Amino acid sequence: MAQIWDSLTGPWRALPARQRQILTWAFSIFLLLIFPLVDNAFNWGVVNDVTDVLVLVILALGLNIVVGYAGLLDLGYAAFFAIGAYTTGILTWPGHSLQWNFWIVIWAAVIVAALFGIVIGTPTLRLRGDYLAIVTLAFGEIVPVVIRNLGGVTIGVGPWRLVSDFNLTNGVQGLNPVGRPSIWGFTFSFDPTPWYYLILIIAALVILASARLQDSRLGRAWMALREDETAADCMGVDPIRTKLLAFAIGASFSGFAGAFYAAKLQAIFPELFKFNLSVMILCMVILGGMGNIKGVVIGGMLLQLFDRVILTQTTFFVRYVGQALHISPLATIDLSLWRWFFFGLAMVVIMLVKPEGLFPSAARRAELHAAEEETLQPAERG
Amino acid sequence: MALLEARGISKKFGGLAAVSELDLDIEKGMIASLIGPNGAGKTTFFNMVSGFYAPTSGQILLEGKELGGLRPNRATALGLGRTFQNIRLFSNMTALENVLVGMNCRLKAAWYGAMLRLRSVMQEEAKARERAQELLAYVGLGGKGETLAKNLSYGLQRRLEIARALATHPKLMLLDEPTAGMNPLETTDAMALIKRVRDDLDITILMIEHDMKVVMGISEFITVLDHGAKIAEGTPEQVRANPKVIEAYLGKGVVTRIRRAKQKVVA
Repeated sequence: MAQIWDSLTGPWRALPARQRQILTWAFSIFLLLIFPLVDNAFNWGVVNDVTDVLVLVILALGLNIVVGYAGLLDLGYAAFFAIGAYTTGILTWPGHSLQWNFWIVIWAAVIVAALFGIVIGTPTLRLRGDYLAIVTLAFGEIVPVVIRNLGGVTIGVGPWRLVSDFNLTNGVQGLNPVGRPSIWGFTFSFDPTPWYYLILIIAALVILASARLQDSRLGRAWMALREDETAADCMGVDPIRTKLLAFAIGASFSGFAGAFYAAKLQAIFPELFKFNLSVMILCMVILGGMGNIKGVVIGGMLLQLFDRVILTQTTFFVRYVGQALHISPLATIDLSLWRWFFFGLAMVVIMLVKPEGLFPSAARRAELHAAEEETLQPAERG
Repeated sequence: MALLEARGISKKFGGLAAVSELDLDIEKGMIASLIGPNGAGKTTFFNMVSGFYAPTSGQILLEGKELGGLRPNRATALGLGRTFQNIRLFSNMTALENVLVGMNCRLKAAWYGAMLRLRSVMQEEAKARERAQELLAYVGLGGKGETLAKNLSYGLQRRLEIARALATHPKLMLLDEPTAGMNPLETTDAMALIKRVRDDLDITILMIEHDMKVVMGISEFITVLDHGAKIAEGTPEQVRANPKVIEAYLGKGVVTRIRRAKQKVVA
C-alpha cells in the first residue's frame, strides 16, 4: 500500500519546492474558479453559502491583523463589519435618495471603517491585554445599539434644531433595499454566482494585502509590539502609530466585507451584528492559527463547514437513528441549535491540545509551547 | 560639547529621590561606565536617558538636543540605542527579524508602499536585509539569521541584543549589565565586542556593570553613584583609589582600617 502511494506521489515529490507551490496555487485557484459550474452540474446549490463563508473569512483575516499580528485582543470586531455595512446602506438606501454607485460606496465603507478603527483604537492605546478586550467588547455592544437608535436623530440646543428627527439608519427595521452593484450593464441580483466571483476577488485582494503587510516593515513592527512592547518602543517602533495602523487596517478589511454583505443581502438591521458574530470571527482566527493567513483561511472555512454542513447533516442522521430506535428526543433534535455549545467545546479542546491553532505560524507555535521548554532553559544556559 | 550631557537631573518617586541633582558628561568616542551599589540610581538614570521616565527636574542633552521626556522611540530616532539588563529580545521572531525591527526607525516604507510592493520599498527592504545580515555577522551570529531568538544560547542572545541596538544606528549605546550571567569566557568575548563596536563603528558606549574586571578592563571613564548622587568620577585608577568609593562599596570606616593595616605591614 505504502509502495503504491509512493509511486503515485513520487513524480510530485520530485518537483522542486517552488514548482510544487505554484502548482498547488494554480490548482486551488482553478478549483475556486470552476466551483459554481461544478455546483450547478451536481445541483448542490451551495454557492450562496460559500459566498457567505468567504465574507466571514475576510472578516477573520481583518481580525487576524489586529489579534494575530499586533496581539491586540479585540472582542468587538463585528462593530466594524456593521459600520461597513451601514455605510453602504446609508449611501445607497433609496430613503436617503443618495443612491451612490456601489463601486464608490465600497471604498467609502472601507475608509469609514478604518476611521472608526482609529476612533476605537485611540482611547485603548494605553491598555494592554484584558483591559483592551473589555473596551473593545463594550464598543462591539455599543455600535448595534447606536445604530438601532439612529432612526430618529435630533440635534439641537434649546429650541434651535440643527437636525430634527432625522432617520439615518431606519432603526430596528433596518435599511431595505440596499443598492446593488452593476458593471457593464450587468446588475448583480439573486443569482449567487456573480456575487461569488466578486467576493473571490475581494478575498484575493485581502489575502494579498495581508501577506505583503506581514512581511514588511509595518508587519515586523506589529509583531515586535506583540512580543514586547517596551523593547519595541526602545528599538524605535512608535507604539501609538503602529497600533492605530493595526486597528485601521484591520477594520478596513471588514469595511469591504460589510459593503459586500449589505449589497448581497439587500437588507441590513442591527441584529445582524451582535456579539455572537465577533466571537465567531475570533473562533475562526484562533482555530486556524493566529498570525497565519493560511491557517485563518482554512480554519475559518472548516469552522463554517462544520456549522453549515456537518451540523445539519448530522441532525438528519441523528433524527434517523432516533426514529429507528424510537427515541423521541433524538428524533426531533436540531443540532444546529447546539452550535455554540460545539464551538465552545472546540475552543476548549483546541486550547488544551493545540493552543497555536490547527495551522500555526512558526512563531506562535514557539510562543505557546514556551512553557514546556522553559524547564529546559536553565540547563541550556549552564 | 560632550555627546551626552546631564544637567542637574533628579528623579523622585513619591518621597524617594532615586537620582538627585546629577551632572554627567560623556565625551564622544568614550567607553564609560556607571557603577555603584544596588539602589544607587544607575538604572533609573538609564531609564531617563532612554525615555522611560521623564526627569523630575534637569536636562539631558544628546548632541545638544533635549532627550528628557521624549518617548523611547523618539530618543532612539535621535541616536540612542540600548540593551536590557534582563534580555528583552523579540523571542519568537528570528534573529534577522529582530535586527530588522531595530532598523525600523531608519526605514521609510509606508504601509501602502508595502501593500503595492513599490519598487522603492522593495529596494529598501533588500538593502535592509543585507545590512542586517552584515550586523549579525559582525557580532558573531553569521548564519544564525533564521534561528528564533529564543533558541539562541544565552551568550548569543546578548550579542543579538547588541546587533539589534546597532541596527538603530545609534550615536550613544547604553548597555545595562552587558556581561550579567556570563561565564568568564563569554565575558572576555563580550568585552572584546564592546571595544570593537567603539573602535570600528565610532559609537560611544555607556554601560552599567557590576563585574569590576569588565569595568576596570575596558572603561576609560567611570562614574560612581551612591544614593542617587555622584560620589566620584575619573579614570579607573582615580576611581579605584578614591576613599569615598571604597566606603560606598564596603562601608564606613573601612578606608581608615585598611590604612592602619597597611601601616602595620609597613612597620
